[in-house]
Amino acid sequence: MFSFLLFAILLLSTLFSLIFGTSMETGSSLFEGAGKAVEFSLSIGGGICLWSAVMELMERCGVASAISKALRPLLIRLFPCAARDRETLDALSQNVSANLLGLGNAATPAGIRAAKGIAGLGAKAEDELCLLVVLNTASIQLIPSTIAAVRASSGASSAFDITPAVWISSLFSVCAGLGAAAVLRRLWR
Amino acid sequence: MRPLLDLSAPLLICLICIAAVFQGVDIYGAMVCGAKKGLQTVLDILPALIVLFPAIYILRASGLPELLCRLLSPVFRLLGIPEETALLMLLRPMSGSGALAAASELIARYGADSLIGRTAAVMIGSSETTFYVIAVYFAAAGVKNSRWAVPAALCADLACFLSSAWICRLLWG
Repeated sequence: MFSFLLFAILLLSTLFSLIFGTSMETGSSLFEGAGKAVEFSLSIGGGICLWSAVMELMERCGVASAISKALRPLLIRLFPCAARDRETLDALSQNVSANLLGLGNAATPAGIRAAKGIAGLGAKAEDELCLLVVLNTASIQLIPSTIAAVRASSGASSAFDITPAVWISSLFSVCAGLGAAAVLRRLWR
Repeated sequence: MRPLLDLSAPLLICLICIAAVFQGVDIYGAMVCGAKKGLQTVLDILPALIVLFPAIYILRASGLPELLCRLLSPVFRLLGIPEETALLMLLRPMSGSGALAAASELIARYGADSLIGRTAAVMIGSSETTFYVIAVYFAAAGVKNSRWAVPAALCADLACFLSSAWICRLLWG
């Protein structure tokens, strides 16, 4: 799919630059883009590494496990079937707490363990697997560190001042996902 | 309120360090280890960015997004979304690096503190690479039929984009 996307973008831009008469800009923009990619990675690299360091410290202090314990009652209500299995519930709460803290490296393995556990329960847990996926696609992150690093490298006056807006927007997104799930699981046959 | 917001990052780090001292965690060792993991993340996404950035730049330079924006702008104005973010919203569910490239281009062009720059940042911060997540989880679970996961996840994405645009306009418009 990525290959197709890339091919479509390149083909369309080349064709349209001929039609629009912007061929000169288009020709030079290709290498400008490649240079910018390296520049960009270098300029946000420091910020990403620093936040990754803070996240690691947070994880070692037991913040992640405290959050996952606090989340358990909520998860039992959302995943009644899967929560009966102790290991799946553990994986679920680890997945959600790692997502909250932006620990991508920890969230995906835990989520995959939870998905495998739910799939093992058979047809009656099909809906819960979909719900797990929907929760993971609606990002719920407390500290938007990557995009804050991008903002800081572009001279933002306060890189993290978008955080409250990110929280509210994430909340809307999660609620919409849960709402759509509640409707669709009844309609789907 | 303002200094509190500006100092949110250092304050958070201080709080975590206090917790770390109480629990006897090696602060320096943990942070160096975490920074190494961050470096790995940067290295992991760099090749994808080197391929995707030129694609975004060439697309921008061709003038095609402007045409799309002009066509879509009545709809976007009705919904209250800045039309410049169209490309970002289109890429977001499919490619995380592609969307990051598009967002950073918007932030660099319009400024990090502009309404468009902030809207792009909030959109990226509150959404995920939907199709990638769906593919990874269903493949890992060995389940072929994703049933209602795709429509529900796209509903969540749509809600995220709309609310990002509205909140940013409310706070900084």
